[in-house]
Amino acid sequence: MTTDAVSRSSAAHNEEMVPRYTLAERVNHWIGALAYIYLLITGLAFWSPYLYWLAAVVGGGPVARAWHPWVGLIFTASLFWSFKQWHGDMKIDDADRAWAKAIPNYIQNEDDKLPPVGRFNYGQKLFFWAMFYSVILLLLSGITLWYTEALPWSLRFVRYAAILIHASVALFTIGLFLIHVYMSAILEEGSFGSMVHGYVTRAWAWTFHRSWYEQVSGGSRRVQ
Amino acid sequence: MSQAATELIRISGHAGVVPGAGLNREFRVAKLVDTTTCIGCKACEVACLEWNGYPFSETTFDNTYQTMPETAWNYWNLIKFNEHEREDGSMMLLMRKDQCMHCEDPGCLAACPADGAIVQYANGIVDFQEANCIGCGYCMTGCPFNIPKFSPKARKVFKCTLCNDRVSEGLEPACIKACPTGCLHFGTKAEMKELAETRAQQLREQSGFADAGVYDPPGVGGTHVIYVLHDAKNPELYGGLPKDPHVPMSVRLWKGPLKWLGNLAIVGGIVGMAFHYMRFGPKKEEEIKPDEDGRRR
Repeated sequence: MTTDAVSRSSAAHNEEMVPRYTLAERVNHWIGALAYIYLLITGLAFWSPYLYWLAAVVGGGPVARAWHPWVGLIFTASLFWSFKQWHGDMKIDDADRAWAKAIPNYIQNEDDKLPPVGRFNYGQKLFFWAMFYSVILLLLSGITLWYTEALPWSLRFVRYAAILIHASVALFTIGLFLIHVYMSAILEEGSFGSMVHGYVTRAWAWTFHRSWYEQVSGGSRRVQ
Repeated sequence: MSQAATELIRISGHAGVVPGAGLNREFRVAKLVDTTTCIGCKACEVACLEWNGYPFSETTFDNTYQTMPETAWNYWNLIKFNEHEREDGSMMLLMRKDQCMHCEDPGCLAACPADGAIVQYANGIVDFQEANCIGCGYCMTGCPFNIPKFSPKARKVFKCTLCNDRVSEGLEPACIKACPTGCLHFGTKAEMKELAETRAQQLREQSGFADAGVYDPPGVGGTHVIYVLHDAKNPELYGGLPKDPHVPMSVRLWKGPLKWLGNLAIVGGIVGMAFHYMRFGPKKEEEIKPDEDGRRR
């Protein structure tokens, strides 16, 4: 007889909630998310004449130009804060390399065939580090674009580099952002809620992050 | 003027067609600056300030005739002085009136993201419309001549208009009006080009300037301000006039291939994800299976 199943049904056990994200992690995530969405709207407005109307939605071209850099600083701060919160959990290890080999299973939603996953899976880790290094490039090129007039003419190659880097890296992050939103808000049921209220079900944790679940549930002896 | 919109042939950051291309009969205009007859009197600078209503700026002294290092947002016209020592040891004081070149293929306009902040009229004049300017400064990156200048007060960018307000009323630009030596000319591009070539030929054949020539750089499609230079092989001597100006490669890449690649990637990514969802559906949590000991954690 299992110790935990004495008085409770299997369904109740499966649906019991375990904490996944602290309040600080969630607040930071949504600060970053809102900042990114603002940057995306204004950035796309500057990207194409056919999307320039997006600037009107957030107060017009000059307002978008004035705020985009400041919101960029907020986004950067949010990413640095999440580095502080998560860099330990985001270390890429041998388990991740094994998981990477099984990625076709992940894409085909055969999660039961994947090696057990810690708090974050390899894809999440790649997303984190790609976003982290992108924001550093965006910050450096963005400051250059912010104060173009302060850059002497003899250093104009910096302007040329900045304009290409800022656009290319921004496009790269749009790819990351789209994948992130798709996977967490649409594809993987239960993920979006966990970033709002902070909890996932035992079954969710067991299915998608089994190693992490074993840690937080205290190993096989201490159930619940 | 009612036909003002149809006089536009290029509009920055503009989605869709430009109204004016080829509709109106318009002469392409040009300003000719003959550096060989310029005496550096700066009357053109004063006329420019007078006409455009800007105050005279503080000058700087750097042991040369140069009164300030470069044009400013409220100082659009500046004589660049260069004391040049020739190979035979003789000195030449090279003087060039620096201002917007009004490129046929303007880099500022190509780089500008704001709808209608930079326009090109059918007569060739490239003009900033400050009401539409958002102050991003991309034009400063697009320009190969270091002309657009940002005003921190207005948070917008300004430059020489080629006195579009005067030209559209049939007057010549203010700088032309003020020039005492006749080194400045204004007319159709064809006329000015012809006059410039005649003068360059004269310099080559009669004045001993074997390398005299006309500066009308093809890299930017030609310009609507052209120069006669004693030494057309070394335009850099004339206060840093670029030898072969182009719209910067990075601006071309950014506005060309990168744009299409990026747009395709975004749309392709969204379509790909939609297909993935339809093919494989959502990831659902599974019921916890008991381990070997029969424990369900």
